Amino acid sequence: MYDSEPEKDKDTVKRISLATGTGRRRRVVDKAMTGLVLLAVALAVTPLVLILGVVVLRGAPVMSLSFLTNLPRPVGVPGGGIANALFGSFIMVGIAALIAVPIGVGAGIFFSEWPESRLSTVSSFTNDVLAEFPSIVIGIFVYVIIVLSTKTFSALAGAVALSIIMMPIIARTTEESLKLVPMTLREASMALGVSRWRTVIKVVIGTGKSGLITGILLAVARAAGETAPLILTALGSVYFPTSLNQPTAALPLLIYTYAISPFKDWQAQAWGAALILIAIMFVLNLSIKLFIGRRSVVRAET
Amino acid sequence: MHREALKGDIILKAVVAMAAVFIVCLLGSLALELFSGSNLSIAKFGLSFVIGRTWDPVHEIFGALPFIYGTLLTSAIALLIGLPISIGVAIFLTEKLKTKKGIAYVLGTLVELLAAVPSVIYGLWGLLFLSPILRDYVETPLHSYLSFVPLFSETPFGLDFFTAGIILAIMIIPTISAVSKDILNAVPNSQREAMYSLGATDWEVTQKSVLPYARSGIFGATILGLGRAVGETMAVTMVIGNAPRITADLFSGGYTLAAAIANEFTEASSPLYLSALIELGLILFFVALIINVFARFLLWRMMRGVRFRA
Repeated sequence: MYDSEPEKDKDTVKRISLATGTGRRRRVVDKAMTGLVLLAVALAVTPLVLILGVVVLRGAPVMSLSFLTNLPRPVGVPGGGIANALFGSFIMVGIAALIAVPIGVGAGIFFSEWPESRLSTVSSFTNDVLAEFPSIVIGIFVYVIIVLSTKTFSALAGAVALSIIMMPIIARTTEESLKLVPMTLREASMALGVSRWRTVIKVVIGTGKSGLITGILLAVARAAGETAPLILTALGSVYFPTSLNQPTAALPLLIYTYAISPFKDWQAQAWGAALILIAIMFVLNLSIKLFIGRRSVVRAET
Repeated sequence: MHREALKGDIILKAVVAMAAVFIVCLLGSLALELFSGSNLSIAKFGLSFVIGRTWDPVHEIFGALPFIYGTLLTSAIALLIGLPISIGVAIFLTEKLKTKKGIAYVLGTLVELLAAVPSVIYGLWGLLFLSPILRDYVETPLHSYLSFVPLFSETPFGLDFFTAGIILAIMIIPTISAVSKDILNAVPNSQREAMYSLGATDWEVTQKSVLPYARSGIFGATILGLGRAVGETMAVTMVIGNAPRITADLFSGGYTLAAAIANEFTEASSPLYLSALIELGLILFFVALIINVFARFLLWRMMRGVRFRA
């Protein structure tokens, strides 16, 4: 691992031997590199500050109760709102969670409790790959299997796409939090004559519960902000959804449509909707921190 | 009672194993459906789809090269800018702040928060805030003084490869720096202590004993970041200008694989057009698959058993 060519070694020895002398150049280089590292940190944090600042500054003016409770209105008609988008996002993320939680948690339990099986290795690796997959590709997949066969864009298709995005996140966090449950707890339970399945359900899941909830919240946060797969599945709409089988609005979709429109009025509303979306993310992340705070063993990882 | 317990064990294992099987099947059927969906286009264009430079929906001539080029160019800009910053952040969090865990935690959380911002908000911010600023204060000066350089020859409009690359750089920083941080934390302290005992400065320790040890892991983190950049859709779609062009000019509008799918999918008027767009997805699928498998492999080898996430 460590590079040990003779020439480099000589170089290192020469440099280090300077430590006994003045070593001024070395100290200057050290200071300069510290400066560069600090610059990198500043450059990394600046965009976050700028994004949050601009969204709050430009989003706040459109904020009002009617913005949250009204339906979108045509350009030029004041008083348009995002009620249907909020509702659509809520419905789709909700249904997606109903699909993704059982499968994700199940797979997570399998990865953590039967790690020695080959299926576990293969599936866990697949899960990692799936978690990093471009969400637009998942959108195409759901378009082909659902939208093409039902011949309509729908909330249902959107929910299925979001569930595929949530599943690997839930599986991974479930596995991690269950693996943190000490083996001795499992052994103690089984030594008392409790069967393995009861041990898993009562002891392992009971102990790792907060990690599980963290994972689900993380997945919900991710799904609530997804746009790309929804373009190909839910499409968006200006009406309130009356069934799961029709094009449905979602908050990120509305931000996208309004942002790329040429109308100042709609762009302003896009900032307002972005502020709401950021606020939702903030609340979800805050609850994640709270859940982690309760049990220190679950590491915070986004 | 014993038999009942045994039955319960078998049922539980079967149920959760089914979930694990489902995940494997999901990836498999993803590939299958993309293949069958792009059937028409594969049959018509064959290999020339990948090297074709023309994308003309009206005459139904489809070549994916401009999108592949745009994806590669924007990802390259993103890595060029994002990688040094990410490594700097990781070095800061692990090497500089070892004693003050509080500040490291706050700064680390702030950088991680970048990952929590939905990509459509990056797009909105990039389109309506960043792109005019880049156009007026970066692109126009570069163009007016350096227009003889082919990279800057076009009159900038702000919606181009350059802006898309900058946005992507911002988006991949949390990924690369979080994974690199884990990698640097995993470098044994004896590596550092040996150097310090020889009288080395902080930077010499980082440069000569920490970074060489972590090299392959950081490479894995970089590949993971590349995967993010290649697959990112919304933010890029909103700032790249959506023009299928192959040019070295950074201030020219461009297109990426993901952006083309997001932008044209619902407008696809003919089966062949739709099929060509699905084939773009198929290309993206394979690129993402190769990148992710490679990154995971590097990271798994670096820290056997310890898994990474961004």
